[in-house]
Amino acid sequence: MTGLLDISDVEVEYRSRGRGRVLAVAGVSLDVAAGQIVGLVGESGCGKSSLARVAVGLTPPSAGVVRFAGQPVTPLGWRRRPDTEIGLQMVFQNPYASLNPRRTIGAQLLDGVPATVTGAARRDRVRELLDRVGMPTTAAERYPHQFSGGQRQRLAIARALAPQPRMIIADEPVTALDASSQAQVVNLLVGLVRDLDMGMLFISHDLALVHEIADITAVMYLGRVVESAPTRELWRNPRHPYTRALIDAVPRIGPTPRLPATLAGEVPDPANAPTGCRFRPRCPHAFAPCGDQPPTLDLGGRSAACWLNDPTAAPATVPAN
Amino acid sequence: MAPLLDVDSLAVTLPGPRGPLPILHDVSLTVDEGELVGIAGESGCGKSLTAQTLLGLLPAGAKVTGTARFAGTDLLGLDNNGWQRIRGAGIAMVFQDPTAALHPMLTVGRQLTEHMRVHLRLDRRSATRRAVELLDQVRIPDPERALRAYPHQFSGGMRQRAAIAIALAARPRLLIADEPTTALDVTVQAGILALLDRLRAETGLAVAFITHDLGVLSALTTRGYVFYAGRVVETGPTGALLTAPTHPYTAALLGARPHGTQAVGTLRPIPGAPPAPGEAPPGCPFQPRCGYAEPACGTVPPPLAPVAADRSVACVVRPHLEVTAR
Repeated sequence: MTGLLDISDVEVEYRSRGRGRVLAVAGVSLDVAAGQIVGLVGESGCGKSSLARVAVGLTPPSAGVVRFAGQPVTPLGWRRRPDTEIGLQMVFQNPYASLNPRRTIGAQLLDGVPATVTGAARRDRVRELLDRVGMPTTAAERYPHQFSGGQRQRLAIARALAPQPRMIIADEPVTALDASSQAQVVNLLVGLVRDLDMGMLFISHDLALVHEIADITAVMYLGRVVESAPTRELWRNPRHPYTRALIDAVPRIGPTPRLPATLAGEVPDPANAPTGCRFRPRCPHAFAPCGDQPPTLDLGGRSAACWLNDPTAAPATVPAN
Repeated sequence: MAPLLDVDSLAVTLPGPRGPLPILHDVSLTVDEGELVGIAGESGCGKSLTAQTLLGLLPAGAKVTGTARFAGTDLLGLDNNGWQRIRGAGIAMVFQDPTAALHPMLTVGRQLTEHMRVHLRLDRRSATRRAVELLDQVRIPDPERALRAYPHQFSGGMRQRAAIAIALAARPRLLIADEPTTALDVTVQAGILALLDRLRAETGLAVAFITHDLGVLSALTTRGYVFYAGRVVETGPTGALLTAPTHPYTAALLGARPHGTQAVGTLRPIPGAPPAPGEAPPGCPFQPRCGYAEPACGTVPPPLAPVAADRSVACVVRPHLEVTAR
């Protein structure tokens, strides 16, 4: 199946003095269909933001290809974006940085309204956009600093919606916000996907939040997707030990204090990634086959890159999780 | 036995561009020796300012009333020298951003031993020995080498653990941790929570843990305070507080977090936003956003009143609150 957004075997490589070649994204494939929310979770440094930038065409991949509606996404340059790619928009983590502080909200929204909309219809479009994100029409005359963080993120979403996108890539869109505005922004994004039949790649380090809203969840570790599954199944029965460790590390509310489970070790430097399975040095189930990179095994509607799921490699006594 | 920290009717007013801004109102809280206490609330609710008051770090021109006693010392009456003796050796603090808290151009070892030499009057050799012990205690691998490292050579989680080691260097009895895990990943957060709990068990350290994450509050602390607009609106044993809240704001915060029930769109945002300092309505500060508000809520701010053993709430309505299991 190819989705509306089709990321296939993408690699992102950085070269830096002293560290040599760093493979931040080491071959990732992901599909996002219209009307679908795909959650991408992983810890800092796992490559999820690098992948987001490639997916939206901000940087070129060093290998692999990203297709949007069947056409390869061309990396952003000085030229105007092809009209077809305007349907692919991004919402960033920090609404303080993504809005221009010196221009009114209305002017910034108008930038995104397609040139085919003319005259008074342009103003109407701005009003519609503000209305859609639950902001008053008067917001158009004001500047970004006159709004709270949550309101600003809603305005940044309105800006992303201006060209009527079919796909939104949201990179940690609520991380900087408080609990109550977090819920407002997340509900807005989910509502947009459902109402407008958009696709959304929702990138977050907050597993509980992704669990709440995503149809499919993909888990990244050190540049690779280690597991991908319908969210409910992933949460109920993770098939990769790293997914299990992430779920167990989420603090829960309960009648008595109970510390979340800890995971041994630190995330290795991607410049010195372990050979074989990259999770091996921290994995409680590591065994002989893990010296080789595990293939991504199709487990029927879901996939995981772990030798424990390969009956020919895994001893029957080792539980999958 | 008297609590280690005993804050009573604390009120803080800061100078603002258009006159004084009341930030904290009538805050009372206690922390016992070896107790893990949680302080929860959204940004701007006054939880960090409470911490600053307890360390004498308020900006010039701040007006403070009420009392704050720490191990028998009246904190609010301290002069500069008095504060120097309390900070670090009595009460220490860990901040949200370890990168900003650590000096980028001094080695971790230098930052660790500086404290001990001043407060504990240790010579260089014994200070180094204790520094190695501390780094080992916070589970930093290869402590001898870590002493010579600079903060940028550490990962985020290691930096926060180093910041905790520095805070502990002069053997404080109370550690105030202000959102210490907010910037960290869940697996790293789990490690920090386990570390604080272990330090409490092994050394009798008391911890006041400030967080907006109710999951963290529940996982770590035994007693909690919920702040709203500069007031304590509810307090009690953390488990009871979060599984059977009695203040509509506590219940609303619980409703706004992901439930882990995979029912799409079940985040229930709290309408509106918290009032800015000085702009709180008369009466209960939460009343404009509260689904249970009655006319009585608009007159005077409700006092914190006991509802059960160890539990108090500042709400005159006390509605029956539905809380979904999560």
